[in-house]
Amino acid sequence: MGRKKGSIDITLLIVVIILVLFGLVTLLSTSAYNGQVKFDDPAYYFKKQLFAAALGFAAMYVISRMDYHILERWAFPVYLVSLALSGLVLVVGDSINGSKRWLSFGPLSFQPSEFAKLAVILVLARTISRKSGKKQGILELFRILILVLPIVGLVGSNNLSTAVIILGIAVILVFISNPRYLPFLGLMALGVGFIAVFLGMESYRLERLAIWRDPESYEKGFQTIQGLYAIGSGGLFGNGLGESIQKLGFVPEAQNDMIFSIICEELGLVGAGILILVFLLLIWRFMVSAEHAQDLFGSLISAGVMAHIAIQVILNVAVVTNTIPNTGITLPFVSYGGTSFLFLLSEMGLVLSVSRWQK
Amino acid sequence: MTYHKKKILVVFFCFAAVILGLIGRLAYLMLAESGYYSEKALDLHERERDIKAARGRILDANGVVLADNQSVCTISVIHSQIEEPEEVIRVLSKELGISEEKVRQRVEKVSSMERIKTNVPKETGDAIREYGLSGVKVDEDFKRYYPYGTLASKVLGFTGSDNQGIIGLEVEYEEVLKGTDGKILTLTDARGIELSDAGESRLSPVPGNDLCISLDRNIQEYAEQAAEKVMEQKQADAVSILLMNPQNGEIYACVNVPEFDLNDPFTLPVDDSAMSEEEKQDALNQMWRNGSINDTYEPGSTFKIITMAAGLEEGVVSENDSFHCPGYIIVEDRRIRCHKVGGHGSENFVQGAMNSCNPVFITVGLRLGVENYYKYFKRFGLMEKTGIDLPGEASTIMHQKEAMGLVELATVSFGQSFQITPIQLAATVSSLVNGGRRVTPHFGVQVQNREGELVEVLEYPEGEQIVSEETSRRVAAILEQVVDDGSGRNAKIEGYHIGGKTATSETLPRSANRYISSFLGFAPAENPTVLGICVIHNPQGTYYGGTIAAPVIREIFENVLPYLGIERDEILPEQTG
Repeated sequence: MGRKKGSIDITLLIVVIILVLFGLVTLLSTSAYNGQVKFDDPAYYFKKQLFAAALGFAAMYVISRMDYHILERWAFPVYLVSLALSGLVLVVGDSINGSKRWLSFGPLSFQPSEFAKLAVILVLARTISRKSGKKQGILELFRILILVLPIVGLVGSNNLSTAVIILGIAVILVFISNPRYLPFLGLMALGVGFIAVFLGMESYRLERLAIWRDPESYEKGFQTIQGLYAIGSGGLFGNGLGESIQKLGFVPEAQNDMIFSIICEELGLVGAGILILVFLLLIWRFMVSAEHAQDLFGSLISAGVMAHIAIQVILNVAVVTNTIPNTGITLPFVSYGGTSFLFLLSEMGLVLSVSRWQK
Repeated sequence: MTYHKKKILVVFFCFAAVILGLIGRLAYLMLAESGYYSEKALDLHERERDIKAARGRILDANGVVLADNQSVCTISVIHSQIEEPEEVIRVLSKELGISEEKVRQRVEKVSSMERIKTNVPKETGDAIREYGLSGVKVDEDFKRYYPYGTLASKVLGFTGSDNQGIIGLEVEYEEVLKGTDGKILTLTDARGIELSDAGESRLSPVPGNDLCISLDRNIQEYAEQAAEKVMEQKQADAVSILLMNPQNGEIYACVNVPEFDLNDPFTLPVDDSAMSEEEKQDALNQMWRNGSINDTYEPGSTFKIITMAAGLEEGVVSENDSFHCPGYIIVEDRRIRCHKVGGHGSENFVQGAMNSCNPVFITVGLRLGVENYYKYFKRFGLMEKTGIDLPGEASTIMHQKEAMGLVELATVSFGQSFQITPIQLAATVSSLVNGGRRVTPHFGVQVQNREGELVEVLEYPEGEQIVSEETSRRVAAILEQVVDDGSGRNAKIEGYHIGGKTATSETLPRSANRYISSFLGFAPAENPTVLGICVIHNPQGTYYGGTIAAPVIREIFENVLPYLGIERDEILPEQTG
């Protein structure tokens, strides 16, 4: 083994803390109206999120202190547990807003699909690092991808967006593992063809495309349009923190997927731009961590987390700005969602741990 | 391992590129498209509410309020805020006396705000507010209120549901009275609930100005009583009484009985259940008509004043000219009768006036000739409207000059075969006896704000001199003789110098035996400050103006002259007893 443990990536830690605090403040401000209307408690969502954040920081701390190498042994069991939970939720899950995505443990509820992202990063990191140096044929690429297909299928059966993210993480990790470029262009072409067929199969999916192109003409474009109203209202400097009107029931469930539009309305282009740049800073730190990791396993963990965060930020901002058709993807650290928060911070713990064992 | 690192770098730069692209997209939306989206968003958030301006009042000559405002409520529902629709429907139906189906229709309609009823008494509005139903809005508002009910109804007029004038002074002076509505712009959340901390932009309403009119409530009330009395006594269809100041055209009273209740102007005095909507509207329009201004009639002998003034001014007749009345006069091939079948015999011009002798005035008319008569008719302002400040003044109906032969001239000379309005006659005679200046009859005197500060003095065109002062003095003197010892003697009041002229005209068709009796009087004769005209439509029994209309004016003058400060002469001993 190379050099022994050094200190953790302080820049990364600070950026994470900033994002978490910013996320909590924004969530409180955005969800207060809905909390008041639905639960008679403006802090309803905030309290749950705060609890998840506390739990997440504890998890982050523990994981960052841990030697991530022991996770090599745990990767497959974790993946199997994730598969089991993802299967279980289809049978005994609770539906919220029409989707069966939650498992309840007393007062706590848990979203297995968030756990699945972490599990996939771990299992792919382990598999790829183990096979490093062996043959790197195209078949090998598919063999690795087939490993994650069960979880993609299970999650995708009721949460397509998350399945796409998982698949995206997998493809990026495989891309990194292979020295070639050309096969990935083929893979991309395949993906594009697959999406085309997939959309063409059901007319309602085509409708989604039509709404994307002209949201004002469709009733189902309501959420998109309200998001655009919020973004457009922001202007350069925004209406000021807490001054959004669109969050007052106009943007439905403003604390969820569309929260970025409220940030735009309140903080303007400057505020929203800074937030995106902070995310870019975060992704850069992941990249640095991956580049300097002690071994391929650690490097792939950081790269996987980078892929996860980057894909989610990009898709979320793209959906909210109606750059791509609407699909439900949350903004990391900001959107409401306890499970997501917990596992995001756990992933941060992983990267921090990797950063401690640099060459 | 190097290719791993290289590829991680490739992935990172791809992400960075996409992220920067999204910032670009964001900049486009938030800068270039910002105006479009923020305007749409504001549209969505803003709710505009009008604050009605209080309408100006109408004050009489002594500052008595004739038209005022009363607080009333407007009840509306906001669909998205209603929590218990059934309860809302039940309460509103009960309190407002509207059927449940009608209320239900409005309550269940998906709209931002639906008006249920306007002009609801304040007590009812307060009662509804007491229930504390969410989604029900009680807005206070103003409703026009007329403290004296029927007083001068056809002059004042009334307002409609939006407080806009419909007839009378209310519509003529709409711009003065209405004021400017204010506005409240509030921001609301998605449920339509106003945001208390958002701050509202408010545009305060500007109340309308008060209109001061020359009409005097006391005179009007007295004249109304007199008109009602004679209408009842003579079972007449209608009675109009006008009292004005012949010096400046200010109208003291304008009565047209039957009047109607200004606080309930849409209720007919008869059972209207069998009427169609159209018939009902016609009946209402008929009820609201101001007969003194909107309707013309054949003036009859009161019009001899005009012939007299023209004759004197032109010099074709003087007081002592001798006439002979055999009971008729032949004009061309026509034999026109005098009202006294046996004739008045020999008489001078003054006596002819006192007798209201038709042949005398026909002779004066013929002496003037069509050309001259028409000239004076025009110069006296009879071809035009008086310009009174009430809507719907009727025009004179007169022969074309080219179509006027001697027979037409003869009939016009004693007030037949053409039609004018009572206000036109009153204004013209006022001008002939006031020294010869044409006056514009009017109600509006000045505009003042609610605090009583003067805003505007209403001006009327400076009258032309239509006859010489000399002629005017002579006309007044002759008319004083008419009342003193002629056909107008029933209007005579001891101690006052009253001038006047009676008239009895038969309406068309003559065979119906329907008459209009009238009397026009003024005082003091030398320098008149009050001129009154009383027109009785279709009286039963005795229909001579001198018999039934003159006493009405006398009775009014007996009270009004002292009220206006016109002193009686000291009664000399030889005149008593």
